[in-house]
Amino acid sequence: MNFLPGTFNYLVVVILMMAGFYVVIAQGNLIKKLVGLGLFQTSVFILYITMGNLAGGRAPIVVESVTAYSSPLPHVLILTAIVVGVATTAVGLALAVRIHEAYDSVEEDQIHAEDIAADEALMDAETTGREDGRQ
Amino acid sequence: MSLWDHLPVLVVIIPLMAGPLCVLVERPRAAWALALAAAWLSFAAAVALAAQVNGTGVISYELGGWAPPWGIEYRIDTLGSYVLLIVTGIAALVMVAARESVASEVPEALAARFYAALMLAFAGLVGIVATGDVFNVFVFLEISSLASYALISMGRDRRALTSAFDYLVMGTIGATFILIGIGFLYMMTGTLNMQDLAARLPEVWDTRTVRAGFAFLTVGIGLKLAMFPLHLWLPNAYTYAPSVVTAFLAATATKVAVYMLLRFMLDIFGIDFALGRMPFEYILLPVGIIGILSASLVAIYQVEVKRLLAYSSVAQIGYMLLGIGLASTTGITGAILHLFNHALMKGALFLALAAVAYRLGSTALQDLTGLGRRMPWTMFAIVIGGLSLIGVPGTVGFVSKWYLVLASLEQGLWPVALLILLGSLLAVVYVWKLVEAAYLTEPRDDVAVQEAPLSMLLPLWVLVIANVYFGVNTEVSVGLARQAAAVLTGGAG
Repeated sequence: MNFLPGTFNYLVVVILMMAGFYVVIAQGNLIKKLVGLGLFQTSVFILYITMGNLAGGRAPIVVESVTAYSSPLPHVLILTAIVVGVATTAVGLALAVRIHEAYDSVEEDQIHAEDIAADEALMDAETTGREDGRQ
Repeated sequence: MSLWDHLPVLVVIIPLMAGPLCVLVERPRAAWALALAAAWLSFAAAVALAAQVNGTGVISYELGGWAPPWGIEYRIDTLGSYVLLIVTGIAALVMVAARESVASEVPEALAARFYAALMLAFAGLVGIVATGDVFNVFVFLEISSLASYALISMGRDRRALTSAFDYLVMGTIGATFILIGIGFLYMMTGTLNMQDLAARLPEVWDTRTVRAGFAFLTVGIGLKLAMFPLHLWLPNAYTYAPSVVTAFLAATATKVAVYMLLRFMLDIFGIDFALGRMPFEYILLPVGIIGILSASLVAIYQVEVKRLLAYSSVAQIGYMLLGIGLASTTGITGAILHLFNHALMKGALFLALAAVAYRLGSTALQDLTGLGRRMPWTMFAIVIGGLSLIGVPGTVGFVSKWYLVLASLEQGLWPVALLILLGSLLAVVYVWKLVEAAYLTEPRDDVAVQEAPLSMLLPLWVLVIANVYFGVNTEVSVGLARQAAAVLTGGAG
């Protein structure tokens, strides 16, 4: 732990966060996007837990010989955030399942292509409809 | 303590409890009745709170009896009570119209769960406004967001699913950014209570951590707010969501996000930091103006009325950002007024569209032809809502735009004033498209359409009348907005 003292955890946080963010942006597969999103959120958990740490601090349980304690509050906060993260992933996966049922695919390109095809069909119907209306 | 003292938490707890109960009762009618009662009770609590704040000033409520800053505090001030009134009032009105609309758009098996999600989204939004604790803001934000993803996905078109998914990805990134920002603030101050933060932040203003926290919060809230370049989730989400959800979210969710922006930037960081030490106004002004013009231009070319109004929403958010960016009491008054007024206009317009969708099963512009004769009350409501959107004198839209123009002239920024007027002209174009379709084309003979049912017309017309009433009688709304703005700017400016 002497290596890069104090900043090691933050470096890990930044790397994890950017990796997750990149996956969310670059991947076209909805499941992989959710994996990236999970990674992105998890990095923030580490950020919070790191900031609660005190150099030389002990776990926050009252013992006579100990004077310096780490702050327990960030851990509690992040428990809530973990629950939120789990819920988000669950909702996201549920949506992915529904999307798969509706489109038969979880690839963004394919879903867009199907949407555009549907749009074009609609546009054709629309122009004929409008001509009918104007006559 | 009497029940009266618990009002700040009751306004949140009532819808939060109603959510699971809706699932338990299962029958759509019963779930609707329960949700309706919860929304109206919550509205009644908000009215009582507003009266209390007006009489005795800021209300501080200690959750579980733990004193702040250790315990979680619920804090209602003028701005909070004002936004609470808007959110609960719109929810109460939308719930009246919901029964018919939901019955026609959402499968019966899902209806009870639909109401449950609607109540949770509502509870989350109210919670954001009521709480005085920044971490609580994050939790409530996620409660309302997760519920709204589910709500949007219940739309009839399968694209509702993909737009809900896109919103989920962007919304989660936004919320996580907010979480990081809150973490940075906690790192520097060791507190999560808003008042405590506001008192402790000035000592550490000049650290990079606080500045980074400010940036993360701005971007995070910007995503939730649909601030111009971050608005991409909004048009699809509003277009494909069930009509009731669109009406509810358009009138409340973005408003609460604007409230968050005001609360974080001007109250917690303080106007001296946000607008003095950070170049906040140089971000908000251009972003607001570009948002107004580009979104209005895009709105003109839409053939789907819901999407047209969704883009118009992005433009209206631009007006609010512009008002905050002007950084004067008048400008912020204009922004808060526009927040209130836009909730009234868009609530009315999207409810009218819900009525159209109920009778026609579609909200495409071409299907609106001749509807002025078939559904006179609904279409006339759209016309008044549209006039309000343009900012015609006698409607609420005029009042808030007047204040925005006034604020920009006050600072000698006449080009900004001109651009606001240009934005209104663009609004004339897209509102005219609706009027032209509804009144100046022959009705299609093949479809027999009746006027919307009374349960939808009633809340719609309450909102329309509010649009006109607050446009003529400006004392209450302007007074409250000015009072809230004065508190935020610390009486300066």
